[in-house]
Formats: sequence, structure tokens, C-alpha cells
Amino acid sequence: MALISVRGLAVSRGGRRAVEGVDFDLAAGEALILRGPNGIGKTTLLRTVAGLQPATEGSIQADPDAIAYAAHADGLKGALSVAENLRFWREVFGGPAIDRAVAAMNLSDLVSRPAAMLSAGQKRRLGLARLLVTGRPVWVLDEPTVSLDAGSVALFADAVRAHLAQGGAALMATHIELGLPEARVLDLGPFCADARRPAARAPASFDEAFG
Amino acid sequence: MIALLMRDLRLATRAGGGFGLGLSFFLIVCTLVPFGVGPQGDTLARIAPGILWVGALLACLLSLDRIFALDWEDGSLDLLATAPLPMEGAVAVKAAAHWITTGLPLVLAAPVFGVLLHLPAAAQPWLVGSLLLGTPALSMLGAFGAALTVGLRRGGLLMSLLVLPLYIPTLIFGAEAVRRGAAGLDGTTPMVLMAGITLAVLAAMPFAAAAALRVNLR
Amino acid sequence: MSIWEYANPVKFMRTSAAILPWVAVAAALTLATGLVWGFLAPEDYKQGATVKIMFLHVPAAMMAINIWVMMLVTSLIWLIRRHHVSALAARAAAPVGAVMTLIALVTGAIWGQPMWGTWWEWDPRLTSFLILFLFYLGYMALWSAIDNPDSAADLTGVLCLVGSVFALLSRYAVNFWNQGLHQGATISVAPGDRISSVYSYPLYLCMLGFFLLFVALLLVRTRTEIRRRRTAALLAREVRG
Repeated sequence: MALISVRGLAVSRGGRRAVEGVDFDLAAGEALILRGPNGIGKTTLLRTVAGLQPATEGSIQADPDAIAYAAHADGLKGALSVAENLRFWREVFGGPAIDRAVAAMNLSDLVSRPAAMLSAGQKRRLGLARLLVTGRPVWVLDEPTVSLDAGSVALFADAVRAHLAQGGAALMATHIELGLPEARVLDLGPFCADARRPAARAPASFDEAFG
Repeated sequence: MIALLMRDLRLATRAGGGFGLGLSFFLIVCTLVPFGVGPQGDTLARIAPGILWVGALLACLLSLDRIFALDWEDGSLDLLATAPLPMEGAVAVKAAAHWITTGLPLVLAAPVFGVLLHLPAAAQPWLVGSLLLGTPALSMLGAFGAALTVGLRRGGLLMSLLVLPLYIPTLIFGAEAVRRGAAGLDGTTPMVLMAGITLAVLAAMPFAAAAALRVNLR
Repeated sequence: MSIWEYANPVKFMRTSAAILPWVAVAAALTLATGLVWGFLAPEDYKQGATVKIMFLHVPAAMMAINIWVMMLVTSLIWLIRRHHVSALAARAAAPVGAVMTLIALVTGAIWGQPMWGTWWEWDPRLTSFLILFLFYLGYMALWSAIDNPDSAADLTGVLCLVGSVFALLSRYAVNFWNQGLHQGATISVAPGDRISSVYSYPLYLCMLGFFLLFVALLLVRTRTEIRRRRTAALLAREVRG
């Protein structure tokens, strides 16, 4: 059974269509990588799937309470310790206890360290641990490996694999290599709204109706 | 919700959290006013209710942009929006945290500042009471203004322009209650009217602020 | 045929282009007649020639409030039915309303100087208009601060709703406040009271003139806003190739 099922999805950014006609399914244990050049609308599409903004057209069948969204910013507070950060998100999302996430992300030595003192790679691990403590099966990740070195990318790939092995799923957007050769790839290029016949479809917005 | 409240309080009291800044600002205002109008006790006593209330208003305004701006920058707001917690609840909790870290200290410290400005002793209970009933509305209206301007660069000045007119009714009734107290009159009427405004604001504004936040997160 | 058809920008542009010249000419004629008639009206036995500023002051004050109400209605239409022309009309109306408020305040001050011996009195009526002016300023500032036009329309719409409630609340709070300060000492001129027909007919004409002027300005400004949106959309398309 698909955790996310997207049919004919069109999303708009700033009142103009970015991509349209996107179809995909994401089942448990699967990872799907969205690719495409900068500005094509990967972030917009992910935010739409995560329920942060409405779809212009088409349907998204997903339980919003199953999705854990993460962008470049991890929602971490530098003034709080690693454990405090994780405990907060665990309580907000009602996920599992933080011990396993801390152990899985190799953060045991850092739990009482303020998040501001972590290195970039450690912060990314903390961000992944945050995904774990939400206890949600579908990860929606925007550029998860940006600014990471090769070792950290491998660590990230391992974390995603472990999550998939436990019946989770991951939807990711990136324009660089994630080190996940087994993941399916969906190139958004052909779905770019401008590449398709603009006259044949209903206008997405006021600006389009008029332009 | 408790977790969010505790986190915001913890963040505010940690280093760099800005806790106590509002109170210091309030103190500075109360120090500067006598320099401006002269040290005569009777003059100060007459303007004290207004100064104290306007000072409280501005001190509250100072820290408003922190309600959402920091969470917006580090992505927490996106995550909160996808959390099981309804946005309205998150807004109300964050406004409550703002009140506990800025409004409540003002309420508790107000009698001291009242003494500095020669506020008659009879007005002190009215001062504390009106601030106690009025400052929650200031925090909640401020949360609305902060939600409107959260995505904007240099939103702080704009937010003041949006929020301060909304403070007018609370200011009028609050200062009036203290003024009546200082004149030895009964300030119950303005106090009750102000409490009514506060209750209405607490009931309605979380929805408006959450709507604004959702628009800004799109 | 329903009124919502005019929410279509193309239809709106066509219709407004047709009626705009007529409204503009009617506004000019009515205003000119009303103002000249008012200027030629006899001097008041008590207020002298200063009474004639009424023909600017009263219609401007009336429109200042009515334009805010119109913005409230169009904001609601936008928030509920998502008609873009409605949101743009609210945006277009705001500066006109602000100027009307300013005219009312300034003419009031000029009228008040010889009448009450002061340029400014913290009279409830004057104070409420000052507060209304602040709300106009905040509304316009929020519009111009937000890049995304749809978000800007949403946020200003919410602000307009909240602002309306608080403007009304301030109106009554201000009444309370000034009574509390000095009972009965307020000087207030109620223009509608016991006004002779010598003044009332040109006044009605001026009110109609101001209303037509507002409609004309609103049409011009809304058309400008629509064209601006169109230009932005075309530019964005060009940039993207």
C-alpha cells in the first residue's frame, strides 16, 4: 500500500505554476529522489506534499500525520542542549523516547552539549535524530546532504537505509548525489510548467489568466 | 503544548534570550521621564499613570519580533506547522510564553517604578491590577502583529506600526483605571472594560494570528 | 449574469474602461457645482465665512469612513471567494481613504482654529480620525512590504478585519477617555443638526461629488494595479525564458 500517492499534481510558487502533471507513489520501504535544476520547484513540491501549502491542481493522498518534514534548517535551538532539542520535538510529535535516536545517530557523547557548539556534520546527525523522534514513517527531506562532506553523506545514507528497512519511506529533493543508488529517481525536468502547452490548461492564477 | 511553553521559557532565560531586557527598558523610560519633565513630585505624580502604561506598552513591543522570527529562521515554524499541535494552540502558547517573560515581570516590578514616579499609594493596586489584566492582551495582539510580519526583512518597524494602533483601547482603559485610582476614585469601570477586551483578544486573536502564519508559511 | 463576473479581470477592464470617463466627468461637474454653490452660500451668523470649509470637510470625513468599510467588504470578498480584483480594489482604495482622512483632519484643524481657538483638540471625533489614519498607514505599509501578491492580499485582508474591530473599539474607548478627562468641556460641531437648506443642498451635492470622485479614482487605481500585476507576470515569464 502506498504511503503517499500523488496524481496530476501541480504546484505554484509566487502565483505561477512551477511543475505540473506530477504522478508518483511511495510505498513503505521505498525512497524516491526528486531531481531537477535549481528553481524548478522541488522545494515547493515537497512543502505541498508536507501540507504546508495548498496544491494548485491534482491530488495528494497521504496522511499528514505520517509525514516528517525537514528542510535545510533543522529547527534546532543553539541555546538548548542536544537532549533538550530532541526531547522537545519528541513531546510535540508524541514519538518514541530519544535514547534510541541518540544511539542510532552516534550522539551519545554529545547529549548535554549545546547545539550551537556542534559541527556541521554533528548538527546534521542531530537533525536526523529529530526525524527519528517524531516517530513518523514518511520522511520528506529537502536537500538533506547540502554542505556535508563525504563521510557525513555516507552516514546520512545509512540512516535512510535503516529507516527504510523498518518500513519507513523517504521522499527527497536534491541536485547532488545522495549515495543512495537503490532509490528511485524522478526527474522533474519534463514536468516543468513552461515546457508544456500553456494554452491548453486552465490558468493557475490571476497572473496567468492575464499574462 | 506544555513542551512548547517550557522550551520558549527556557530559551528566553538562557544566555542571549533577552529575558529582562523589557524590564531594563522600562526602568530606563522611568529614569528618563523625570529628566524630561523636571523632578517636581506633583507633575510626575500626575503623568505617572500614562508614563507607566506607555512604558509597559513599549517594553512589550521590544521583544515581540522574537515570538516567531527566530523559529521562522531556523525552520522550527515549518516543523511546528506539520506537528499534531494545532497552529492556533502553538500561537496561544507562544504568546503566553512571551507574556510570562515580559508582561509578568513588568506587573511584578510596576509598584517600584510607580514609587520612582511618585504614583500615589492609592493607585498602586490599580496599577498592578490593570497591568495584570491588560498585558496578556498586549502579548496576544503582538503575536498577531508578529505573525503578519514574520517573513519580512526589517519587519520590526512595520510591526510597530501595525501593532501599536491595536493597543489603543487597552492603553486608554488601563491608564484610565490607574488615573482614577490616583485621584482616589473607583477605577472598576475601565478595569472591567479592559478585562473584556483582553478576554475577547485572547479568544479571537489566536485564530487570526494562526491564519496569518499559515499564509506566511506558504 | 451575476456581479461575480466582474471578478474576471478582462471583463473588469473592459467594463471599467467604458464607464470611467462618464464617472470622471460626472464627478468633476458635481464637485465643481457643489463647491461653487457652497462658496456662494451666505455666511453663517455665528461661524462667518469659515462655515464654508464644511463643503470639503464633511464629505471627506464621510468618505474616509465609507472607504474603510468598502475595504472591509472587498477584503472579505477576497478572503471568502478569492476574487483578485476585489483584493486589488481594496489595495487601490486605501491611499484614497488615507488622503480623505487627511483632508478631514486638516480642514478640521483649519476650521477649528477660528472656531475653538486651537488647531488641535483631543476631541473624541478628531482623535478617532487620527486613529483611523494610523490604521490606513499600517494597512498600506503592509501591502507594500510583502512581495508575493497573494500573500499580501491575504495578510492585509486579515489586518483589515482585525483593524476594523479595533478602529470601532478605539472610537468608543476614546469617547470614554475624553469624558474621563474633562466632562462636558469638549467642543463638538454636529454638522447634520439644524442645518438650513442654504447649506444642505450644496453639501449633498459635494457629498455626491466626493463619492463620484472616489469611484473614478478607485477605477483608475484598480486598473493600474491590474496592469501592474500583468506587467510583473509578463516580466517573470520573460526571465524564465
